[in-house]
Amino acid sequence: MNPFIKVCGLTYSYDDEAVVKKHAVINNVSFEINEGDFVAVLGHNGSGKSTLAKLLNMILVPDSGEIYVNGKNICDDSMTDEDILEIRKSIGMVFQNPDNQLVATIVEDDVAFGPENLGIPSEEIRARVDNALKDVGMSEFAHHEPHRLSGGQKQRVAIAGIIAMMPRCIIFDESTAMLDPVGRKEVMNSIIRLNKEKGITVIMITHYMEEAARADRIIVMNDGSIILDGVPSYIFENESLLKECGLSVPQCTELVHRLREHGICLDKAGVSIEECADMILKHITEDK
Amino acid sequence: MKSIALGQYYPSNSVLHRTDPRIKIILAILYIVCSFLCKNIISFGLLALSAIMLIIIARVPLKTIFGGLRPVLIILIITSLFNIFWTSGDILLFEWKFIHIYLEGLYSAAFMVIRIVSLIIGTSVFLTYTTTPIDLTDAIEDLLSPLKKIRVPVHEFAMMMTIALRFIPTLVEETDKIMTAQKARGVDFSSGSLITRAKALIPILIPLFVSAFNRASELATAMECRCYHGGEGRTRMKVRHIRFVDFIPLVLVLILATALIILNLLRIGFTI
Repeated sequence: MNPFIKVCGLTYSYDDEAVVKKHAVINNVSFEINEGDFVAVLGHNGSGKSTLAKLLNMILVPDSGEIYVNGKNICDDSMTDEDILEIRKSIGMVFQNPDNQLVATIVEDDVAFGPENLGIPSEEIRARVDNALKDVGMSEFAHHEPHRLSGGQKQRVAIAGIIAMMPRCIIFDESTAMLDPVGRKEVMNSIIRLNKEKGITVIMITHYMEEAARADRIIVMNDGSIILDGVPSYIFENESLLKECGLSVPQCTELVHRLREHGICLDKAGVSIEECADMILKHITEDK
Repeated sequence: MKSIALGQYYPSNSVLHRTDPRIKIILAILYIVCSFLCKNIISFGLLALSAIMLIIIARVPLKTIFGGLRPVLIILIITSLFNIFWTSGDILLFEWKFIHIYLEGLYSAAFMVIRIVSLIIGTSVFLTYTTTPIDLTDAIEDLLSPLKKIRVPVHEFAMMMTIALRFIPTLVEETDKIMTAQKARGVDFSSGSLITRAKALIPILIPLFVSAFNRASELATAMECRCYHGGEGRTRMKVRHIRFVDFIPLVLVLILATALIILNLLRIGFTI
């Protein structure tokens, strides 16, 4: 099977007059993402993860390297405006600040904004909007004004606005960073449901370890390069490397690491609280 | 601050609320024309009557209407005083030293008050009290769409209006936050001369502008990600169809206009 997104030797630097020497924000990055994957991209501030996301749906154009979406090279000069729209339609993006993504003064009008831009007939837009709002559990707020909603609710509306375009992949660019714990949980649950139930490829950019741990695969970025790429349990084994990049492992994983350092033999680092608890419980009962 | 009202929309379910906003814009224009067609007692009486009818049909409480009239109260008083004291005519009602009040003066003052008040009531009932700002923007876009042929960026203007309306509450909230933050740093907004107070606003305006520009740039990116590429090839989820009942108010206002024109032609009543 062809990968849905394939990136080869991607390099990008911002044109900044204040900086004399060009500093590459993205430096020779290559990876592949398959359809239906749930990938988390981890990295501290300025590691280039948001830039990477903007490169994937052509908001930014790379200096060098190639990006293939669905087998099509999107860095090709022959890309027409329609091709760009096609890419943006298949790769949706949800940003950090929910306030700055909502365009209309009524929730359902905002969700309709994307499909309206695509020139879809009215009846179909209606159906898509209703379905999208149902998918994120916001149907009852269809006629509300966005500024009266909570942060988590607004972000779910923003997600619905992307779902209504029926993308194959959604990139979440720190979409939970500005939310309170309740809002973050709501949004995370929506994201996971989209991936598991609708099979939408999810690329989730975050710096919360607990969120990244719920993904199927984690890509860790530092200074514009990928330093680790693998399943969460493999990533969290490399605690020292993560710490060098200014990242930490989830608390439960850290506990397991510490226990191991003290000679308690647990076979692997767990990624979720339940998993770690089970492992420790198993160890205690075996000891007896 | 969260309860900030956009415009002066008065939520209700009256006939006028349900009328197509495009028709309402045309009605408002016709009504303005009507108010200037009035030239005599009968026609001004009709105009006043129609304004009262509008308030009743729209089911907007009088308190709201009077609230809307308050800003023009001073202008009304001053201009009617001018009309009363400075209009000369044939029938002298009152004379004291240099003050002469003629009947014509009283009439013209009354006519002017009726004209301005019904002008305001008419336009605000049609446009602001019974139509949401967003419906109004859509309607303006629809009505002006023929201008697209001569390259007037109608869609872009409508989009700008929509976004401005969407961001008013957000920016009000933001101003609130910045003010609190600056107060916490010891900025004093409420004392000193007018100039000092105006200067105290600078620490609010600068952060507000910076954040508004940041918001604008983020919004532009988000809109691009949602495939926004101008008005071309855009469809709408809510397509408004003008129904038969929408024409009824139009016909009524047209009848009013015709009646006024006939009254003018026949020169019935007191003509000024």
